[in-house]
Amino acid sequence: MAEESGPHKAHASTRFYVVIALILTVITAAEVMVFYVEYLEPVLVPILLGLAAAKFTLVAMFFMHLRFDSKVFTGLFIGPLIIAVAVIVAMLALYGAFTGTAG
Amino acid sequence: MSEGVAAMDAEYTSTGLPNRKMAMWAFIGSECMLFGSLIINYLINHRRNLQGPYPEELLNIPFITVTTFVLLMSSLMMVLAFTAVERGDMRWGKVWLLMTAVFGLIFLGGQVYEFNHFYHEGLGLSTNLFGASFFILTGFHGAHVAVGVIWLLSLFVLAVMGRLTQRNALTVEITGLYWHFVDVVWIVLFVLIYLMS
Repeated sequence: MAEESGPHKAHASTRFYVVIALILTVITAAEVMVFYVEYLEPVLVPILLGLAAAKFTLVAMFFMHLRFDSKVFTGLFIGPLIIAVAVIVAMLALYGAFTGTAG
Repeated sequence: MSEGVAAMDAEYTSTGLPNRKMAMWAFIGSECMLFGSLIINYLINHRRNLQGPYPEELLNIPFITVTTFVLLMSSLMMVLAFTAVERGDMRWGKVWLLMTAVFGLIFLGGQVYEFNHFYHEGLGLSTNLFGASFFILTGFHGAHVAVGVIWLLSLFVLAVMGRLTQRNALTVEITGLYWHFVDVVWIVLFVLIYLMS
């Protein structure tokens, strides 16, 4: 799919990007379907977070070319992202979101 | 695109990586922190309301699913614009750039409609904490989409004028990085605000 060209690997073909977009569409449809299924309510949050993480990863790896580019760019993106997620989790814990004492 | 900018696309750097692309990734990293703080604000405050309207009374999942799909497809068009410019096919490069901007405008139109609907249902920026945190978070994202649309239309105009060529593929790629970041932020917001509410 990808070919070596210039200072870094070349990017994927048009057909490959269309396939990625189709997968993203299917995952989005799955997110909405899961939302409307009542018996999945107890596990709704982990399922939705997992599906969103899958979409996020696909866009970052293929549309943003991190899969084909220098690892330096991956570090510049993932580093702050990990800090941001850690701060979100820490703040939610601080406000009792995981113990049911929020509010 | 000027010859100077065109020459910059192939400039020598000490890292062997384009400086402008490095700067865009650093900017995107800082944007992760910005949206992280706005997401914290929303998650903590959207349920701490003394009065309505409340999220479950207003959020329209089918409508926002359509605008989410539009933004996802705009990402596909952006990457197709880049591949077209990279292989020197400026005709399709222009088409995909314009289509990306049009889909961005459709998404923004949906957001304006949603904001207007919420306002007429009694939810303003200062009505309650849900209103404040919702409008700030989605408003910041919408502002980023608006900047992206202006950026894309600028590139389209340059391409029509013949000043954006295959030599400027890096410029289109950097624009794409910004646009795809706006898309991945919405992927997260769609789940956190609408589906997990």
